[in-house]
Amino acid sequence: MRTDSRFIGRPSHRQDARAIVTGRAEFIDDLKLRGMLYARVLRSPFAHARVVAVDTEKAEAVPGVKAVLTHKNVPDWKAGTPFHIRVLDSKVRFVGDGVALAAAESERAAEEALEAVHVEYEPLEAVFDVDEALAGDAPQLYEAFPGNVVPGGFPLYGPDCLTGIRLGDVEQGFREADAVGEGTYKYETVANPLPLEPPGVIAHWEGPDRLTIWAATQSASWHRFVMLPSLGFPDIRAIATQCGGSFGSKNYSLMPCFYAAALARAAGRPVKMCFSKEEQFGAYTLRPGSRFKGRIGIRKDGTVTAVSGSWLFDTGACSDIPQAQVAVGCGELQLMLRCANWDLTGTIVLTNRPPSGVVRGFGGQELESALLPALFEALEKAAIDPVDFFRKNYVKPGDAYLWRNGKPYVDRGVDYSEALERGAETFGWHRKWKGWLVPTRVDGQTRIGVGVSVHGNADVGEDVSEAHVRLTPDGRAVVHACVSESGSGQRSSLCRMAPEGRQLPLDRVGVSPPDTLVNPFEFGLVGSRGTWAVGGAVISAAEKARAALLARAAPLLGAGEEELDTTDGRVYVRGRSDRGLSWSRVMGIVRTCSGSARYEEDFTVPNFLALFVEVEVDTGTGKAAVREVLAATDVGRIIDPQALEGQLRGCFGAAGLDTALFEETVLDRTTGRILNGNMIDYKWRTFRDLPGFRNVILETPMPTHRFGAVGVGEISTSPGPSAVLMAVSNALGVRMTGYPLTPQRILEAL
Amino acid sequence: MKQLLTLRVNGITHELSIDPWRTLNEVLRDELNLTGTKLGCGSGDCGACTVLVDGRSVSSCLTLAASVDGKEIATVEGLAPSGEQLHPVQESFVENGAIQCGFCTAGMEMSAVYLLGRNNAPDEEQIRAGLSGNLCRCTGYNQIVEAVAAAAEKMKPS
Ligand code: FES
Ligand code: FES
Repeated sequence: MRTDSRFIGRPSHRQDARAIVTGRAEFIDDLKLRGMLYARVLRSPFAHARVVAVDTEKAEAVPGVKAVLTHKNVPDWKAGTPFHIRVLDSKVRFVGDGVALAAAESERAAEEALEAVHVEYEPLEAVFDVDEALAGDAPQLYEAFPGNVVPGGFPLYGPDCLTGIRLGDVEQGFREADAVGEGTYKYETVANPLPLEPPGVIAHWEGPDRLTIWAATQSASWHRFVMLPSLGFPDIRAIATQCGGSFGSKNYSLMPCFYAAALARAAGRPVKMCFSKEEQFGAYTLRPGSRFKGRIGIRKDGTVTAVSGSWLFDTGACSDIPQAQVAVGCGELQLMLRCANWDLTGTIVLTNRPPSGVVRGFGGQELESALLPALFEALEKAAIDPVDFFRKNYVKPGDAYLWRNGKPYVDRGVDYSEALERGAETFGWHRKWKGWLVPTRVDGQTRIGVGVSVHGNADVGEDVSEAHVRLTPDGRAVVHACVSESGSGQRSSLCRMAPEGRQLPLDRVGVSPPDTLVNPFEFGLVGSRGTWAVGGAVISAAEKARAALLARAAPLLGAGEEELDTTDGRVYVRGRSDRGLSWSRVMGIVRTCSGSARYEEDFTVPNFLALFVEVEVDTGTGKAAVREVLAATDVGRIIDPQALEGQLRGCFGAAGLDTALFEETVLDRTTGRILNGNMIDYKWRTFRDLPGFRNVILETPMPTHRFGAVGVGEISTSPGPSAVLMAVSNALGVRMTGYPLTPQRILEAL
Repeated sequence: MKQLLTLRVNGITHELSIDPWRTLNEVLRDELNLTGTKLGCGSGDCGACTVLVDGRSVSSCLTLAASVDGKEIATVEGLAPSGEQLHPVQESFVENGAIQCGFCTAGMEMSAVYLLGRNNAPDEEQIRAGLSGNLCRCTGYNQIVEAVAAAAEKMKPS
């Protein structure tokens, strides 16, 4: 343990822990504003239909109802990339699409009103499969997107945003290959991240052009800077409440915001729009579907010679920011597969199912889960141990890759070979791995197999963060950063990072509320950027505040600033702790010392995570279960051991590793209805099913900030599905090619 | 027709006049402002709304308030009434990092209190079984199991 810190790497409890365990933490549905109304949504029973008539007269007469809206009288707001999502449209594109909205004094009155709305639909043919959606005669979801294809390229990532990877000469690459893996592979469980708390927002127009939004979110600022152009640039103030889990899905809550803001405007009162569990299942955010059709060539020594193919990205009924997911996915793939020859094209396809959106793993988990089965085939043919392969091919310092904006970057991070090797040793890989499609052990009808996969991301330093740190005369520090709390303990981690320069006890450091009005700009807790990007801004701001304090103290102490230090609210001459003054003496009581800083994005330090998985398959019932998981990573420096452990242990659920086995949104492919839209039928890990879990976490200092740390939140689940697929294949001795690996699939394969 | 009923919640008696179709969850949250008890699914599947009624754990989202007239209700707010000294279960949740987003926490704690009331030295299997009606999406459960084991240790009669 390095000793330059009192708090980093040591356990201490989250600042909000007490509020949570006593039930005082305020989640969105716990908030009540004066005069607040409750909103409900009438939803389409058809997967694709035109709304030919809608009559709200009776609905408006229901007692307590203050506003009823349909596509005919909603504001003309638009969202999505490019703009095409309306508050309500004259066409519905999935079962559960909004048709009418009501706000009333109670939820019950709003529901009653919607029951009284009369709608006439003209059903249209619907399409649920990406290949069928691309066919010439397929029903078309939007006039603006002929062929059901949404244009690639995410504007925020600039004109060269990755839409695929095109490099070198794939023909030549395949000629050099000793083994080729090839085929069509689907990762189309479109699982639901399904945080326990359903999404929700409250909207309140404080004036005709001033909107305040309270949201359950991991990124308050998205409700301001993303919603601004959509809503015609009112002055939006966004406030994050305690967030009951997100996993990407509550990065921002587009439709709840649209509904609440439109109703609040019509009713002239604040409106709460909390989705029900059912709506969270069927009308919010699913993991995108991913289909890879292509080939991968490798040499006997494990060199990847070529990757080519088509990546079909199923975004469901609308396009939120899939272009960004495609770009990041293509970037991430290059981190794990060093290869000179690429011809990979991403295509974003619309289908008539509930929309996909932001889910952790953000493009990378989707691409790799669909593409790695092709790689595994090549590795099997060439009889290469996957650990050796990943060790050889994971990006190393000095290697170049194209990142999301299409620009090349050179890795200046660390070599993860050791993390991988130490993980393999601790897991017992070399003992358990018997070769491709060979079980580790067979015990009657139980077959044991192992698998491994890796994932990395150069997102740890992505996007912009600004922070402000204020030191007060009473010996406290306040961090102003617009950071919400959705479960990772990020707000508390910032408090650990901020005081290091001034060595304040942790209980004397606080963070401002996550409110865009009182904080500088913060992109949000996306990717794994909390530790480096957000932390970087906070640390620099804290250093500046400290410098301001020392500059004031220097003349008072008759010493140079560089001779001074500060501990526990006192400034003193280094080595002479008797020559010192309290902060209140230095500042007086009507002053604060502060510093501001901005973090600019940096894509040159990728992170990495390997998951080793041992599964058992019962060949009688076809049931596969995870016995043990080991996560291996290098985080540079552990900021908060408990929070990190918790994040890594969270790799199973929330559309993570378990999507390989049972987490799946099951769609009826004739009606477009979700067949398992409740918490019993949607299979989900419980207390009764806990696999063994270990981790190996190295701390090789990274060239990031003072503490040399990086985050891993985004990637903790991503290698899971492909590792499980490999393990089950090995257990069975049959190459499995699709998810989820249900008993039925397994029995069929046998 | 509203119905008159008496609820004793965390030791305090409330006389209420409510619609007969309202759930205990709605009454606790909306009428009594006890929002520590959460509403996750509303269908009895997630355990986020767990409270104790006459010492037995129930899903408040499925319980009509009228059906618990005159009964003794315990919610998370009653575990540490003064706010100063935490209940051993709460303390252990904090110490073992058993909290991530915190949305499942109140329900988990109430189930743990119920479990430990019947079995003051549960083994791991029994803890898992005792909490199996409560879902968590964030933690992967281990830290919660550890927290409940630690709470049992703290609560052991010395
Ligand atoms: S809210 Fe009652 S069980 Fe889920
Ligand atoms: S901590 Fe988030 S659901 Fe349990």
